[in-house]
Amino acid sequence: MTQRARNWLLLTPATAWFLVMLVLPVSVVLIFSFGERGDGGGYVPAFTLEQYANLPARWAAFKNTMVLAPLGTVAAMLIAYPLAYFLAVRTSQKWKTMLLVLVIVPFWTSILIRSYAWIFILGGRGIPALLEMIGIEGVRLIYTPFAVTIGIIYGYLPLMVFPIFVSLDRLDKRLLEASSDLGARPWATFLQVTLPLSIPGVATGCLLVFILLMGEFLIPALLGGGKVFFVGNALVDLFLQSRNWAYGSAVAVTLIVVMLVSVTIYMRLIARLNTQREDVSLM
Amino acid sequence: MTKHVDHISKKKFMEELRRYQKGSVTRRHFLGVTGLGMASAVLGSAMPGLRPSAAHAAGDIGDRVILATWPNYHDPANFDIFREQTGAYTQVNVFGSNEEMLAKLQAGGSGWDVFVPTNYTITTYVDQDLIEPLDLSKLPNYDPAAYDARFSDAGTVNGSVYAVPKNWGTTGFAVNTKHNDGQALTSWKEFWDITMGSFSGRTMVHDYQLTTIGNALKYFGYSFNSLDEKELADAERLLLEVKPHLFAISSDYQPAMRSGDAWLTMCWTGDGKQMNADMPEIVYVLGKEGGELWSDYYAIPKGAPHREAAYALINFLLDPQVNAREVLAHGYPTADGNTMALLPKEILEDPILYPAQELLNALEFGAAATLTDPSRAELLARFKSA
Repeated sequence: MTQRARNWLLLTPATAWFLVMLVLPVSVVLIFSFGERGDGGGYVPAFTLEQYANLPARWAAFKNTMVLAPLGTVAAMLIAYPLAYFLAVRTSQKWKTMLLVLVIVPFWTSILIRSYAWIFILGGRGIPALLEMIGIEGVRLIYTPFAVTIGIIYGYLPLMVFPIFVSLDRLDKRLLEASSDLGARPWATFLQVTLPLSIPGVATGCLLVFILLMGEFLIPALLGGGKVFFVGNALVDLFLQSRNWAYGSAVAVTLIVVMLVSVTIYMRLIARLNTQREDVSLM
Repeated sequence: MTKHVDHISKKKFMEELRRYQKGSVTRRHFLGVTGLGMASAVLGSAMPGLRPSAAHAAGDIGDRVILATWPNYHDPANFDIFREQTGAYTQVNVFGSNEEMLAKLQAGGSGWDVFVPTNYTITTYVDQDLIEPLDLSKLPNYDPAAYDARFSDAGTVNGSVYAVPKNWGTTGFAVNTKHNDGQALTSWKEFWDITMGSFSGRTMVHDYQLTTIGNALKYFGYSFNSLDEKELADAERLLLEVKPHLFAISSDYQPAMRSGDAWLTMCWTGDGKQMNADMPEIVYVLGKEGGELWSDYYAIPKGAPHREAAYALINFLLDPQVNAREVLAHGYPTADGNTMALLPKEILEDPILYPAQELLNALEFGAAATLTDPSRAELLARFKSA
């Protein structure tokens, strides 16, 4: 068998998976988005731009998503970075493994069950009841945008911690000593050495969290009490409630396009940041 | 920690667990929002360990029957008896909403033998050629004369019987009277007004266009099923005005009502009964302007893989003795006179299960057009995203 044939053979499962599980379904969604809704729901073949013309009816959902996804990503990053830093730089090897396992442990339970648990923690008999004991009355947490934020940060934190941890863990600690020897204060060392070297980890973590947040529907539905409405929620309602497959497909295609554009801009920005850094280091 | 404390905490834990189990069991929302109904349906058939072994097969109806139904809607012991009698094992798939059931049958290949549609969906199933007329000779336990016709006639479409009645119920609201000087409310007008007043931030409405829009229409005295443009615009104005005062838009209302976070919620019969039984201060009310009356049915999808077993199961569940055990287990009323004759007096006189005639007379059945109307779906989307 030639090298070339072997390569093709090895690539076959991945290619087949890619075609059947990604290209095919996305094509179906694209075709459906130009169709019409049947009288009893479902899809009727047609070629119309009517579904796309109706997109403004879901503008609020897109707006909420475009606000939530970047904010949630930044919030998760700000919380994850110090944690990852502590784990990678300040923790002894003995403790590191155990603490890392603790970060992973929540993943052993489904996000659905964990989000459901937050309903009880944030509900009237949870944290508000504790606050009442120390005299703070009338605090309401559950079914607020705050609850959604908590749920999102909680759910996505490990996805952010790991890439940052990996980039910080690989960081050559001698560079920090060198920086210190050359007279840089700790804060300057962090800003000029540690932070730039961990940018790839931060960029990966942000990308992972951002993409998942764009499609999030479970946490807003469970912890937002249905009052906080994102594109994910709009899609669930369109397919499972009103069974408007054509319109749902148009919303889905638009979400994919918005996501691709955002991710492309993001990658460009990161690439520029990296080249700038190399320029600086060359000088 | 002493043993004594440990003992109490264990007991308390079990009490809390039961509470949680009761509270977390909701008819539609949880399954609907999570897609767990679909997931369990797929998993149930994909895991060989869950299938019965062929050795148990007896008679000629096959070794299994697949039932798509609602959560907490059967007495599991009855399925065991059915298996002993016929050799057929009942595989139960639970669903979150009628829409989800319809979506699954529309997509094809559901593999169901029996399912439990609600009255307003049956004409849609017939129009889309998804269910077949029933052969009543195979359902000797079905005694049409014993039923109150309003709970059985939706099963008949164009003169053919496509579905036979299971249970019925109402959609009213549950109010925690502790927060209203011990007074219950009496109307939908009061429901919406108090939400914008002293109950602000404490009210829940369903995440379901049929009931949330329907009961907003009732504020103005319009029909629960209205598709009139002006009337729907009035309902939309009310819903948008009320939204900032809502605790949540969710059909998963039992936990919040039980914990005291919510004081008022739209509510189905069974949930109202369960909450009232544990917390008498939570009262179930039918708005005097009316609201929804519904009835669930047994039906057989076209191409059911175990058709004979499907008939056998429906016939078995319609046996008044079996049906009476079902009602005692799930707490939803039946319209079958033969079964009612076997039920204890306190169930038949329970105002939540069997409300007074004049309250019932004001209620309307949901219409098929109401369920499938795109303008109502869009209205709910605007309400939720506002």
